[in-house]
Formats: sequence, C-alpha cells, structure tokens
Amino acid sequence: MIKNSLGRELPEQIGDYVVRPYQTAQGVPPSTGPVVTRRTAEHRQRGEEKLQPTLADAIRAAGLADGMTISFHHSFREGDLAVGQVLAAIRSLGIKNLRFAPSAVVNLKNFSLAEYVQDGTITSVEASGIRGELGDGIINGIITMEKPAILRPHGARPRAIEAGELQIDVAFIAASAADSYGNCTGQIGANPCGSLGYSFVDAHNAGRVIVLTDTLVPYPCCPVSISQQYVDYVVKVDEIGDPQKIGAGAARLTKNPRDLMIAEQVADVIAASRRFEEGFSFQTGAGAISIACTKFLADRMKTRGVTASFALGGITAAIIEMYDAGQIRAVECSQSFDAVAANAIASRSGVVEIDNADYSNAYSKGGFLNHLDFGVLGALEVDTDFNVNILTGSSGQMMGGLGGGPDVAAGAAISIVALPIVRGRTPSIVRHVFTCCTPGETVACVVTQAGIALNPRHLRYEELKQDLRNAGLPLVAIEELQQLAQSITGVPQPIATTEKVVAIVEYRDGTVVDVIRQIKNNAE
Amino acid sequence: MKIIKAAVAGTLESSDIRIMLCPREEHGIEIELDSVVKAQFGPAIEHTVKQALAEFDIQDAFVQLQDKGALDCVIKARMQCAICRACEITYDWTKEDAQNEQ
Amino acid sequence: MSNNHLKRTSLYVGGSSPSKMLDARFYHEDCIVYDLEDAVAATDKDAARFLIYQAVRCHRPPNKYVLIRVNGIYSDFIAEDLQAAVRARPDAIRLPKVERACEVQQIDAAITAIEAAAGIPLGQTELWCNIESPLGATNAKEIATASPRVVAMALGAEDYTASMGAQRSKAGWEIFYGRMQVLEACRLAGISAQDAVFSDINDAEGLQEDLKMTRGLGFDGKTVVHPRQIDLVNAAFTPTTKEIRNAMKVMEALQEGARNNTGVVVVDGSMVDKPMEIRAKTILAQAKAAGIETGEWLK
Repeated sequence: MIKNSLGRELPEQIGDYVVRPYQTAQGVPPSTGPVVTRRTAEHRQRGEEKLQPTLADAIRAAGLADGMTISFHHSFREGDLAVGQVLAAIRSLGIKNLRFAPSAVVNLKNFSLAEYVQDGTITSVEASGIRGELGDGIINGIITMEKPAILRPHGARPRAIEAGELQIDVAFIAASAADSYGNCTGQIGANPCGSLGYSFVDAHNAGRVIVLTDTLVPYPCCPVSISQQYVDYVVKVDEIGDPQKIGAGAARLTKNPRDLMIAEQVADVIAASRRFEEGFSFQTGAGAISIACTKFLADRMKTRGVTASFALGGITAAIIEMYDAGQIRAVECSQSFDAVAANAIASRSGVVEIDNADYSNAYSKGGFLNHLDFGVLGALEVDTDFNVNILTGSSGQMMGGLGGGPDVAAGAAISIVALPIVRGRTPSIVRHVFTCCTPGETVACVVTQAGIALNPRHLRYEELKQDLRNAGLPLVAIEELQQLAQSITGVPQPIATTEKVVAIVEYRDGTVVDVIRQIKNNAE
Repeated sequence: MKIIKAAVAGTLESSDIRIMLCPREEHGIEIELDSVVKAQFGPAIEHTVKQALAEFDIQDAFVQLQDKGALDCVIKARMQCAICRACEITYDWTKEDAQNEQ
Repeated sequence: MSNNHLKRTSLYVGGSSPSKMLDARFYHEDCIVYDLEDAVAATDKDAARFLIYQAVRCHRPPNKYVLIRVNGIYSDFIAEDLQAAVRARPDAIRLPKVERACEVQQIDAAITAIEAAAGIPLGQTELWCNIESPLGATNAKEIATASPRVVAMALGAEDYTASMGAQRSKAGWEIFYGRMQVLEACRLAGISAQDAVFSDINDAEGLQEDLKMTRGLGFDGKTVVHPRQIDLVNAAFTPTTKEIRNAMKVMEALQEGARNNTGVVVVDGSMVDKPMEIRAKTILAQAKAAGIETGEWLK
C-alpha cells in the first residue's frame, strides 16, 4: 500500500495497472515527445463510398476484433439510442472482450449495458463516470470485471488518448445530421444534441471512425462539426437519440427554497469578488443549484452593469437567455445540457461549439480554463480538507460522474462548490469523503445553506477572504459545517469495503487520486 | 400494551418514514426495514424503533418501515403516532415530564 | 432569549413535513412558527403534535424565536395541542382567531397548569394572539392586556376579510381599519405589532409596496408563508444606512445641545423636538437589534 499526498491509501499495482500516486494539483510534467494517435493516412479515391448499409457492415469494414477499444460520446445523456444499437450489432458479430471507453456511461434505460459485460462483449470500462445498473453492479460486486474501471475527468480523457494510455480502435459518433461522406454535426436534423465536443479527440485519434446518423443530408453537410477527412464510414439508423431527455430533471429551474438560497449565496460570493468586473468569465453547470445560480448571477450583473466575456462548458437555456440579453459575449459550448442550448449554436453567432479538450485538457498549449474566473460545481460530499466526492453515494452507489469538476476546480481562479449541508439523513459535509475526486487544495470555497466556508489552503484564500469580508458576507469554518451536519443526522457508520479495487479515479495528469473498493454486502 | 389494529404513520416524502404497525400472533418484535440510508443508519433506526416499542411496553408487533432518510427524532415521532393509533390510545403527555427531570 | 428577540419575520412551517421543518432552520426568519392548525389535516393532528414536539425538543433552531401555532380555542384539538406544545418549551404559543380577553385568560390558565405539571417556570410561555375577525379587532385593546403572557398580536387578513364580507386586494384597503386597530392596541399595551401575510408569493413588487405601507404605519414585523419572502421583509424592517445616519445626527446634536445648555437644537435646518428624538431612538434600537453597529446612542 502507498499513500498519495491526499492521504488516500492505494495499492502499488492493480493487475497490470501501475499506480502513480497523486502529488499536487499542478500535475506531473507531460512527456516531451509527439502526441500518440492511431489515425492513419488514407488515400480515398473519387467515387469510393463511405455509406454502409448496416451497422454490422460498418463494424466489419472497420475491422473491429476481439480485445479492441471502442468509444462514444454521451451528449444525448439519458436520451441516447446509439450505444445500444452499436453494441447489439457488435454482439451479433460475436466480437468479445472489448474495452468500452465512452466519454461517460450515463444511466441508459433503453437496454441493459450490464448484460454486455456479463456475456463478455465488454470486459473493461474507462469513462468519466459509470451511472446506473452497471456502476451499481460493479461497486457492489454483483457484476465482476477482471480489470477495474478507470474513471477520468473530462480533461484527462483527451490527455490519456494523446499520451497513448487510451488508444481507441473504433470511434462511434452519433450525429444528428451527416452527409454520406462523413461531414457531420449535432446542431441540425431531427434530433439535435448540440455540441459534439467530446467527439473531436476521438475523431482525430481513433484508428477508425464510424458516424451514425438518423438524418442523412445532401453533400456537403452544413454546418459541420466533424469533417469528412476523419471519417471512415457512415451509417443511417432510425434514431440516434431523444434530445428531450438530455436535460431530464436537471435543466428545470428549481422552486425548492433551500436550493434557491444556496444559489443566491453563490451569486453573492461571485459578486463580492474583485474579479466580478467587466469582461469576467464563468462556468455554472447543469445542476438545480447551478441553474438557479445562473439566474441570480444574471441579476447581479445587471445591477452592477457588467457583462461577461465568456461562459464555458456545459451550457443551459439559462446561459443562452443571458447571451440573448447581451450579458455574455461568447458562449463556449463543449456540451449542450438542454434542447434550447442544443439549438442555440446553429442560430447564434456567439454561441460556439468547442472541443472538450479545448475546455478541459490541462496538457495542451493552453485552453479556456486558464482564462476562467469563476467555476461553480456541485458535489455529493465535501470533507473538512475540502476534498470533493462526485462519484459515490453514502450507501455505496455510483451516483455521479467526475465530469469536468476536477478540471474546473483546478483551472478556475475561484472555484465554488455548492451543496446542501444534509440530504435527508445523509450528511454532505463530512470528515473524510468516501471517494476523493477533486483534491481539496483546488477548492476555494464551499457554499451551503448554513454558511460559506473558505479554504485556507487555496491559492487565493487571502484575496477571497478580504473580498467577502468587505461585502459583509458571514463566513464559517468547514469544521463547523461538518459538526452541524453531524448533529442533525447523527454519526453514520462507515461503509465497509473489501480489498478488491473496482474502479480507479485518475486525476487530470493521470496520477491516482483515489480508488473505489467493492462494498461489503452486510446483509449476510 | 397490546396492538389492536394495523396502523400507519408518516409518508414516503424525502426525510420522512412510513411506519406500518401490525398485531403479531407469535411472540416478539419483527422489523422489516427498507431504507435509503440502511448501510449507514440501519442499526440506529432499528434501535430507535425498539426503544419506542419498549416505552409503551409492546411485546408483540410486526413493524414495516419504509425510510426515506428520516432523522432520528422524526422516526421517534412517527413511531409514537403509529403506536397510539394501533393501540387506540391517547398519548399521555405527562410521561414527558418524568423524562425531563434529570 | 425571548424578551428582546427580533421579530421582523415569522415563518409558518407546516407540522406535517419533516423536510420543510428541517429546511426552515436555515432561512433567515427571526421567528419560526410550527403550525398545527391550517397546514395540518384534521386526521393528522396527532402525527403533527409528535413531530413538532420532537423537532422543538431535539432540533430547536438556534438563535430563532420558536412558536407553535395551536388549533382554535373552541376546536376539539386545543386541549391536547397545549399539552404537547407547552411541553415542547417554545418561546411562545400562537393562538388563532382570538376574539375576547376571557379566551386569553382561559388559555393562560391552561398553560399555567401545564407549566406547573411539567416543571416549566410559570409564565415562561409567551402568547401571540392572531386577530382574525371584526370582533377580535374591536376587542384588540383588551386582548393585548388580558395576560402578561401576551407579547405580540398579529392580524390574520384572510379570515378577517372573509368575515367582513370584503374582497382581499393587493392594496389592502379592506384590512386597513383592522390593521390600525391591532397596531394601536399593541402600541397601547407596549407589545409587538405583527402585520398580515402577503399571500402572492410570486409578486415581489407587490410585497415591496405592501411593506412600504406596513412599515410606514409602524408595524414591527410581518408573518410570511414562504421562505422567498423572508429576506425582503427583514430588509424592510431594518433601518437603512441613511436613516441610521440621520438618527445618529439627531442624537449627536441633542448631546451637543445638552453639553452646551442650548435650549433649541437644530439639525439640517429643522428643530429637534420630542417626536424626532423618539423616532431617532426607535431607528437606532431597530438597527441595533438587527446587528448593525450604532455606537452608544441608546444609553
């Protein structure tokens, strides 16, 4: 066993995975060599067709074989219909032992992903999170996999691909419109999902690229997100996804007074900062508190007479509304969180689709995060060291995904984690998070309905403390919040785990922040 | 005290608990617990339930709990209510006076 | 804690919802009112009594003035409501639909008996009387002084309007006379005057207008039915910086005048008379109660 700098105990090696323990948020230096890619030069001739009659034909043509790696985007979230169709086709071809590496595994209900693991079609998973039946099955030991899942934040996935740690053999890209030569987009068609931000790195680096679409348009497709030069095959399917389900639950404006109160305090923190000035930038995200916070922020901006230079990341209708009101100059959209945001790229010149790597990858020649002032993040748990858990629930379920949380916390000048102090009987401010996802040193501030706590170990602690004091915002110590939460809920029993590591949580640089061990079933 | 009829108290809202209390032919207490926080608070919930039954000197009961993350004091309140309903009694609030004298 | 506790806002929280009761401790209301009356169905009064009792005993919100609203004086529930509510040891019991002084005395006696049995210091439980009918409004002066327990009265506008045969409006002229009767009775008795609920929780502008009137008339606080109204109401009953500055100026001038034995004291061109001094002192007292630094002028 070794301990990383966050005090998490890690095995030195898990199977053939050699653990590099997390050291600092700065990250380990990149390799100085050229980036790794599986993309090959081709020489397509005039008249050669890319359109394949069925998915199975495309998969066969791409040469998918046992033991290879396949990838998908999760831009349709729970409305996705592409992953199920592709896996069914793969199974019909008898291909086994695949590494499944989508940008995230969301809770897909239209088919059972777990069955593909149980029948050996998929034998390992790498994603930003594994929600639903598969994730719960893995953590509880109901579904066993030979290799632990590797969970990476959004920024770490492109890094891992370009470092050669995650090499994709065949990338499947569901696009809401495509021409038969592979030019495609998520912005138009019958079922637009908006930004295809996650797919750029796959298109640029996979060995073979297959585009699935339900809307085949005349050549050339316009607008275009992923261009023909990266695409090997195109397949027309009946339906790739339901855009109405992208924001199911998440994208509605909450009326819960508790969440509104927390959101308003987040806006207060932002407005109190010296960085809240003309041309500032922010990212708020898609949770109930985040969307409410966006609304309050819009009000504060109006009152103060400032506009933002850009809003970043996952974009919601609330952000588009601000853009339309002239409050934001550019909306940099790596993911569209609802139907309004999905349609906004095609109709507004300042709402632009960006590569997820441009948003979140720390190992490039510089991206948006290096210019971001405020990042607002949700969390399941925060501990008194400000470490954040966004993956595992208190009763040992896979509740969320890493998303861009660790990236935004490290990148933004001021990172704010907003959450209620308790949820039901579950305390959210705890002594030690069950799974550490975002290192505490990157979290500037925690906002709950019971008060605002600043992190003394954050780089901009003095600055923020001064600004909040000047604005008359009351501050509490994180320990006080933890004790208050505990006095309400009582002391929870620690969750018992076995020694078996079922998932590895990587940081932006590929070091290991934590591992998730299998939950002991206490029924027996 | 004896349970006369089946009674329910509480709801399935978040932070609440729905308790069904039934007469039991055999001797003893049988508890069926379904809780969103079972891993962390299962034994604590059962302890509170048994304590409430003991307070009313109830020996035989079947208790069905559907817990949505109720705090301990909510479980106690719901148990007291379910017991009074199931035993068809009015709560004797002077019992609280004795408890408050240290 | 009760005597000088701020009473700008009192928030009703239904006694049937554990999650709402838990959330309410974190809002900024000065007074929290756990409700056994309107927010609880007749078949669920027993459950609400247990829940409120446990909530107040185990999770009493710190730094808040805690009330329990019981059912009507003539209802079947009042006797057991009082048994539970007094023993929960709130700061006050809130009585709905009070119409006569003798009703208050009857409840006072019942509370005293429970306090004695439970070992609670006699007289510790305060009373807030809701005035919700023309008869109650007419008898407001007697009600306000019916028992030393009575520390506040509040107008219940919906029931009052209904019994007047009037229509509830945003401008509130139909409750104007009732408001004044309650307010005047409170001032005469030296107790806190609490204004009626503004029911449209989505109309922040309407609430602001209503508050302007309420505060102008002289009320000390207002009942709210939704957490969203709390911050607006608190702000309305907290003096502005300008008001505090003016009040300090008046007090400084008076002190200066006393030191120099000047007969007449003038501030910004107007003579400082007794009412100006009282107003200045009230502003500074309100500011101090709300936690604003006001210096030494209140001595």
